[in-house]
Amino acid sequence: MKIHLCLTGIKTIILDCNNISQYSVFLINSALMNRRDIMSAVNPDQYSYPSVFIYGHRATGKSHVVLSIMKDLELPHASVDCVECVSSGLLFHQVLSAFFGPDAAALLPRCPSLSDFVRLYKQMSSNSPATQTRYIILDRAERMRDMDFSLLPALLRLQELVNDNVTVILLSEIVWEKFRPNTGCFEPLLFHFPDYSKGKSLVQILSWDHHPSYTPELYASYINILLGVFFSVCRDLRELRHLAVLNFSKFCEPLEKGEAKESDIHKLWKNIEPHLQRAMQTVYLREVSSVQWEQQQMDEKEATTLRVLSAHAHIELPYYSKFLLIAAYLASFNPARTDRRFFLKSHGKIRKTNFLKKHEKTSNHLLGPKPFPLDRLMAIFYSVVDSRVAPTASIFSQISSLVTLQLLSQVGHDDQLDSPKYKCSVSLDFILAISRCVCVCVRLLDLLALSLVIQSQVVRQERSLFTAVSNLHLL
Amino acid sequence: MNTEVIQDQLNKKVLDSLAEFIKKPGLACSSDVWRQRGSEIPTAALMLGVNVPDHAMTFRSLCNLLQDSVTPFVVSVHAKECAAVKLLIQKVLEQLMGRGVSVDEEQEDDTALLQKTQCTISALCQWYKTVTKERRRQENKCTQVSPKRKENLAKNDLPVVVIFKDFEAFNSQVLQDFILICSRYTQELPFVFIFGIATSPSAIQHRLPHSVSSLLCIEVFHSLSCTQHLASVFDKLILNSQFPFKLSSRVIQVLVGIFLYHDFSVQNFVKGLQFSMLEHFNSQPLSVLCCQKHEALLSAKILSKQNVERIRHLPSFMRYVETQEPQEQVRLLTNDEHVKEVCQKLLKNLHTYHKNYYPILQCLHSLTSSLPKFPLGKHIRELHVSCIEKNLWETEEYDSALQLLRILAKDELVAALRSCAEILKSANTKRMQNVLQQLEDFLGRLEALQGVSSEDSSGNGVVSAKMEYQRTDLFQLQKTLLEKESRRTKRMNPFEVLRSQVIDFIDSLVREYLTPAEFQPLNEVCYYSSSGVLRQRLNVTPRTSIQAALTHPFYYLKNESLKTNTGTISSAAPDLCIVYKLHLECGRLINLYDWLEAYVTVMSAAEDQDTNSEECGKFDSLKHARFIQAVSEMEFLGFVKSTKQKTDHVARLTWGGC
Repeated sequence: MKIHLCLTGIKTIILDCNNISQYSVFLINSALMNRRDIMSAVNPDQYSYPSVFIYGHRATGKSHVVLSIMKDLELPHASVDCVECVSSGLLFHQVLSAFFGPDAAALLPRCPSLSDFVRLYKQMSSNSPATQTRYIILDRAERMRDMDFSLLPALLRLQELVNDNVTVILLSEIVWEKFRPNTGCFEPLLFHFPDYSKGKSLVQILSWDHHPSYTPELYASYINILLGVFFSVCRDLRELRHLAVLNFSKFCEPLEKGEAKESDIHKLWKNIEPHLQRAMQTVYLREVSSVQWEQQQMDEKEATTLRVLSAHAHIELPYYSKFLLIAAYLASFNPARTDRRFFLKSHGKIRKTNFLKKHEKTSNHLLGPKPFPLDRLMAIFYSVVDSRVAPTASIFSQISSLVTLQLLSQVGHDDQLDSPKYKCSVSLDFILAISRCVCVCVRLLDLLALSLVIQSQVVRQERSLFTAVSNLHLL
Repeated sequence: MNTEVIQDQLNKKVLDSLAEFIKKPGLACSSDVWRQRGSEIPTAALMLGVNVPDHAMTFRSLCNLLQDSVTPFVVSVHAKECAAVKLLIQKVLEQLMGRGVSVDEEQEDDTALLQKTQCTISALCQWYKTVTKERRRQENKCTQVSPKRKENLAKNDLPVVVIFKDFEAFNSQVLQDFILICSRYTQELPFVFIFGIATSPSAIQHRLPHSVSSLLCIEVFHSLSCTQHLASVFDKLILNSQFPFKLSSRVIQVLVGIFLYHDFSVQNFVKGLQFSMLEHFNSQPLSVLCCQKHEALLSAKILSKQNVERIRHLPSFMRYVETQEPQEQVRLLTNDEHVKEVCQKLLKNLHTYHKNYYPILQCLHSLTSSLPKFPLGKHIRELHVSCIEKNLWETEEYDSALQLLRILAKDELVAALRSCAEILKSANTKRMQNVLQQLEDFLGRLEALQGVSSEDSSGNGVVSAKMEYQRTDLFQLQKTLLEKESRRTKRMNPFEVLRSQVIDFIDSLVREYLTPAEFQPLNEVCYYSSSGVLRQRLNVTPRTSIQAALTHPFYYLKNESLKTNTGTISSAAPDLCIVYKLHLECGRLINLYDWLEAYVTVMSAAEDQDTNSEECGKFDSLKHARFIQAVSEMEFLGFVKSTKQKTDHVARLTWGGC
């Protein structure tokens, strides 16, 4: 009888969650329900497995599947997002109030410890013993690792501790191996949600939210086109759905105008293809909001370039701030020994052969910016600026305002008064753009070029490295 | 006197520029478009530019505006207060619920209870529900007449606006967590975020990973750039005959220089303006005459004897006296009453000069601002500076600008003249009306030329077409070209004649009205000109002043005994100065014992002369203590620090020396 009920329950779930991978629905259902069925078949008092760990990439339907099972079977459950729980007290509070009502949760002391929680839970569950298994669902469980170290092992064995029919379900994007606390911890039941495959599940899921005024077949073909373009770069279901919704109106434009029929897939494809290509440049970036995107699509001509966030990367800075930033960049990426050569007019001859030490020949861009003291920054600044500048308070306050804008970063967290150190945290392109609009003097460009020449051979190395990395990715 | 006016004006300016721009997010968050996308939180990225000091005012007015017109639930958070998610949430809750109490008194008990419960967004959710329910009930009670409005209210709930004042300074982890938490509650709580960004929109991408930024629906808004803002402030405050207080060219250059070179902050610019005004009224006694025209005339009548004498000593007045008849000169120098009368006349002249100056300046700017390469400057402030500094028509730039104007095409010229006429219409002096009349006359004649010139050009076209048929060898070509050239110079078409007339007219206007302010008698009354003081006060150099104090103690202490020649070290100077001067002679590491010896030598130099003391090697403990104190003061000032490289040595922290 009961088994039968459950099975119908599963069916309804499958019908309801059609936009979820059916595969995973079956997986989770069979796993959870089998166990449950077995238990309930043998003995209604039989306890379920104490803890379950479910992992898989983002947007593979972990929380959705679990939550919809809970909802549809009307199981008692407490769903908690671990991001929200800045302290373990919040977690206890939420669990208790979900199971026993807010009054029970109010009984928790001000800063509840784990034992407080266990005690209160026991007390409450003895008052209202469980007829069914209670489930605690912890979303983004990887955050638990940052909390109290005893919390995770305790939750894994919560059933033993509170002596109640309770199961903790942990949802995470990380594999269990990264979680496992020290020895003696209870091993949860592991489930993996694999990524969706292109052919079946993605098309099915994406076609589920089709537009009411068009036929599902049309939408399915649209999804096929979309996946053909985007699948190689993006497999995130959420992102794909976002893209699908964004571009669908464009896809339908010829239909609305009456230029094509629903069967003219080829014509429709020709129409949408350039748009998708353009959208391809901004996958994952979400540079324009969806509303703006739609507006752009409305009044778009072919020539208009996409107005995106990164197009406004240029920052307007006061005159001396620009020079300070350039000086910081030079200080950060050139070895201090070369300053003499670059910034002094009569630097004398330096033997070319061992001008740079071996370790300095690797690219400074690969190694990242190096910290430099304030004195060096100011010295380079004075030699870079063509006019004579008084060391006014506002020059120094500009340095600190550059730090708050995160163009420079201060190294060493303690508040050093005598010799603070900084790092330059902007890219070469940014500096080049700045120096281009500042440079009236050719000397500065020379300097930049000089420091680049030293690094040029390494740039080549970098490039080969990048290709190697991208090859690895392809593999 | 007019500080308040200036402040008001600036505030109004800022509010005006903001109002139009806030309407957009305000509209957007109430429209349903946002709501369609389930978990996306509408977010406005507000580009404010790097002038951080100006932001506070912008946010204040933004808050007020939102509270007045959109929603009472506005929270603004500062990065400093929110080092952790918990604190951020607490801050948001505090501000929101505190406000809820002030909105309606009955709810006080409820919110107090909520405060006791835990500080989470879900608690906020509960609170929000009760508040909106309460609101709706009240609305229903009050406005039963308009069901339409009720519907509106029911449909879109009041959004909860969270303003992140300084987005760059926020800890990115805190922001990510907060956004993740909020996105869980978007169904119940309509959040709207506003990021105040100083650098560029890409800062969002640097700060937030994709998983978080995909929860936001970001729209970028650009506020008025600071240079535009400055231009409008400049327009309102300085290029305006309404305010009697004026700045000389040097002072303007100092203020604008600070703005462009250092901080981009309009507020600091206005502060500088206020400071120079205070300084002017404080230092120039004749500034009693610097007020509106009739008041100035009144106070000119009752000038004290001392002030009359001061007027006589004004360089501009002396220059004026020199141009008068000898008899008049004598009267001006002896008769006080006569001076007062002349003074009134001159003040009147000064006022009319200003009234005529600004319209003509604007006209000239509108004519020249479209020229290639901007010979007279891109901004009107540059033109203004060069006008009040020297005779504009003697500069090369002016010549080249006029030459460019002389070859303007007809439609451009007409358009430029039209805009000039617009400017002149707002000026209401008699002379400006005259000028306007003449200008319109020119315009009319230009219009009338329309038919004639088109005929003329067609005639030319026929001639050139005829020439094309001839066989061209080089010599022939040269000849025809020369011919053409000479014909052009010989016979100008009526448009060209008229154009040169117009340009001459403009030139005459410039020569008449845009004379430098320095040549106006009594200009010192209105113009603040001590740029040196201003630079010293606003662009401070703490290091040089400390060094000046240490090397020349007389400069600050004004004690006669401290006057010394530059090279020597006097024993009369404070210990700190002696120690400082001695340390300048050392290298990077300073031996403390040597330093002490040198110090004692200097100190005992004076005594040695009269008492031939025998104990050179032994130091008096008093001197020793004074030396130690001076060295620790040096350490405090940041000139030296103790080092671990060598015992009994200290390291110098400054370079360069005196």
